[in-house]
Amino acid sequence: MKKLISVTVNEKRYELAVDSNMTLVDMLREELKLTGTKKGCELGECGACTVLMDGKPVSSCLLLAIEADNREIVTIEGLETEKGLHPIQQAFVEKGAIQCGFCTPGMILSAKALLENNPNPDEHEIRKAISGNLCRCTGYQKIVEAIQSVSSDK
Amino acid sequence: MTEYSTINSRAPKIDAPDKSTGKAKFINDLNMENQLYGALLQSPLAHAKILRIDTSRAEALPGVKAVITAADAGNIKYGVSPARYDETLFCIDKVRYIGDEIAAVAAVDLETAEKAASLIDVEYEELPALLSIEDATREGAPLIHDEYPRNICADVHQEFGNVEAALAECDVIRTDTFTSKMQNCAFIEPQGCIADYDHRGYLTLYTSTQVPHYTQRTVAMVLNMPVGKVRVMKPYVGGGFGAKASASAMEMAACLLSKKSGKPVKMNFIREQVFLHSRSRHKFIHTMTTGVKKDGTIVALKHHCTLEGGAYSSFGIATIYYAGSLLGGPYKLQHMKYDAQRIYTNKPACGAQRGHGGVIARAAWEQQLDAIAEELGMDPIELRLKNMMNNGDTSCNELYMSSFGMRECIEAVRNQSGWQKKKDALPRGKGVGMACGFFVSGSGFPIYRSETFHCTASVKLTEDGGVAHLFTASADIGQGSDTTFAMITAEALGIPLHAVKVSSGDTDFGVDLGAYSSRQTLMTGFAVKQAAEDAKRKVIEVIADELRISEKEIDVKNGKIVFKNAGIDISGIRSKYRKEHRGWHSLPKGNQLSFIEAARIAFLERGTIIGQGEYRPRFLGGTYKGAAVGTSPAYGCSAQVVELSVDMETGKITIDRMTDAHDCGFAINKTSVEGQMQGSLLMGVGEALFEEVKFDNKGRILNPNFSEYKIPTALDMPNITPVIVESNEPYGPYGAKEVGEGAIMPTIPAILNALYDATGIRFTELPLTPERVYKAIKQKILETESGNSEK
Repeated sequence: MKKLISVTVNEKRYELAVDSNMTLVDMLREELKLTGTKKGCELGECGACTVLMDGKPVSSCLLLAIEADNREIVTIEGLETEKGLHPIQQAFVEKGAIQCGFCTPGMILSAKALLENNPNPDEHEIRKAISGNLCRCTGYQKIVEAIQSVSSDK
Repeated sequence: MTEYSTINSRAPKIDAPDKSTGKAKFINDLNMENQLYGALLQSPLAHAKILRIDTSRAEALPGVKAVITAADAGNIKYGVSPARYDETLFCIDKVRYIGDEIAAVAAVDLETAEKAASLIDVEYEELPALLSIEDATREGAPLIHDEYPRNICADVHQEFGNVEAALAECDVIRTDTFTSKMQNCAFIEPQGCIADYDHRGYLTLYTSTQVPHYTQRTVAMVLNMPVGKVRVMKPYVGGGFGAKASASAMEMAACLLSKKSGKPVKMNFIREQVFLHSRSRHKFIHTMTTGVKKDGTIVALKHHCTLEGGAYSSFGIATIYYAGSLLGGPYKLQHMKYDAQRIYTNKPACGAQRGHGGVIARAAWEQQLDAIAEELGMDPIELRLKNMMNNGDTSCNELYMSSFGMRECIEAVRNQSGWQKKKDALPRGKGVGMACGFFVSGSGFPIYRSETFHCTASVKLTEDGGVAHLFTASADIGQGSDTTFAMITAEALGIPLHAVKVSSGDTDFGVDLGAYSSRQTLMTGFAVKQAAEDAKRKVIEVIADELRISEKEIDVKNGKIVFKNAGIDISGIRSKYRKEHRGWHSLPKGNQLSFIEAARIAFLERGTIIGQGEYRPRFLGGTYKGAAVGTSPAYGCSAQVVELSVDMETGKITIDRMTDAHDCGFAINKTSVEGQMQGSLLMGVGEALFEEVKFDNKGRILNPNFSEYKIPTALDMPNITPVIVESNEPYGPYGAKEVGEGAIMPTIPAILNALYDATGIRFTELPLTPERVYKAIKQKILETESGNSEK
């Protein structure tokens, strides 16, 4: 059964008729073609599907699309502006924080949520904030360094 | 020292901006018009005969477009090594593990495909499931493959020197047994593919693979098609680490479904299927007897290994050899005997995983060497330095060290970790340990026996002269090879990095054996360098002709043509170029000719300029059986110091600090080299502390997910001090060799040795879970107390 929802994604408002059992990640990827949000486990364990809902990082594979009704979602596609990459994206590029890149969108959004609440986190706070985002490539160190570089720049 | 313009720097990866914005497309982000969705039917039983398969209910389901079983797929056997082709696309007469592929369905949507797969009726006759080495090797145990008596998949016996005689001369002899558990590569992107069979009979397979070339050959063989009609392309790949280094049944099922339905077919694993497909690290049981002289000279190693392989061979025939041959280095060891067996069990097939075959052997031996150092009263670092191979040495199993910065690695970690202050000086519960590593820089031989080039590369200068376009079939799976090769192209041509475009991961671009055995930087890099130099030479030839000077007087640097002698008149060439660009702004200015102008003139003279390169290793020695596994054009080496804390009340280990040095020959991209080191250490930490694929007594995986199969999070990893050692490998491009896998080698033993320093206990079984560590601490306390009360 379809349900009508109204959701803001990357500052754009959508009226969508979605199946009541459709997950938020599938809505983003399949209905809105925003494939930057990744599916790594579909069990809420890897963090690759992390998006921001009303500013908070959530696993979009664990939420139903209808739970995003009247909410504001930010995906990785929403960070770049006409001025270029978001400073966190830029830092990830420059610091070598990206290897395969599959965890990157979720990782960057977790970092964004952290820095908005805590502009100068210490290393442990950074590690804690991204501890729900698994990365098998980097050993996390260059990711932590990238996030640190943005916070100290502020 | 040579000055470089592009390489040996920290250039950001060329694909990083797209990966940071979500623009980069991975396999599951791709869709095709009118695509169907595929689903597999996988065995629910670990070992059973198939009596009957009835697909009629699945075929009758509305929306189903094709159903395939062994009746369609045939009985062509495939695998990784032709020496052990033991798989068919679908099970024919029996299933051998839970997850074995029986049938596949293509339908209009995924839900219908999955529903249809569940409607296929299979009648089984259950057989005893052999779920351990003991079960499988027991007298009278049923055979998993009829062709392999006693369920022995592979049996290896090698001896170099005379071990028994040498041991008889030793002052200290020590024997230890060490056991690990089955691992999972646990990349974050599950495998997926889209197969598209067109009306002319050409097949294109888009897939998340490490090895487009081998996948192309396997698909062509199993589907009985000419290789040239199969094209394999990889989009961005979310990590591989070994498990994506061979063709899978899912890929071939998608191809066959597309052929049958005439539509593109998309398939994806869910996380559980990643675990079922496995092809990751084996469970190893190593028993090692090492003999040394009083002065610390390592003389002989007698080594026995049993590998639990799961239901099929996969890479296993290489794994079993690597588990022995990689102990030939980095120490001067004259006598080595290796006996090993790989045993089939009714579990998912094990294969290759970062540090293929060598990781657990290295862990076992480096811990034993530490114990021996202690018996001798030697510092473990001194023991290693004493036995270290040097440049130009050849190991007892004929591995030749063309470059070898092992000593520099050891000294670097000793100095940078503060070893001397910490060794034997940390309080109880804290420890420091070190170990060394050794790994191939590319397999010296292809997986199938052939004289083939291991890679070809071409650099096409765009006809306007502005861009050098590199074509290579190599696979960037996140390690950054596209960036490495772009940097090599820029350096070799003498142009800026932004003027290099890379197209890779496509079998239409040539031959490249792919991303495994840490081969691409050295091998593909060599071919790329040659291709870029060839293109440069062609441009220089034309310019030399135009200016009537010798080619030797011309070079290209930073995008400009430079002449040895002053006073060369470039005005003729420049006006030719300018004439073609009337009305254009930003034309080349100044008194130097640009490479763009030169390349354009070369095109006008000769047509499209394409430089070509290829690589095939020189003869690498080793004529004994199994010599092909371990011989490599070069070897990487590494050393590591780990500091850790153990909570003596709970057994929980915290890794506090890691210092890692790796000899990569020459760092094309320093950031990427460090990234490989840091990533390797993460995998080593996971294997040492948490990771184990667990099974119930039916052969079901108990933890096919990330909440129960734990890989390290950001909170589990310490900061790592990476030290890059550059020994200048003569056979590598600009002196470069591997870093992708060798760096994992010292991690587990350095942790084990640090754990001993912290607790006084030698652990001989992985992983080092709090439970295992706590029990051992408790046991030791009990033993000490009873020892005291006896006194």
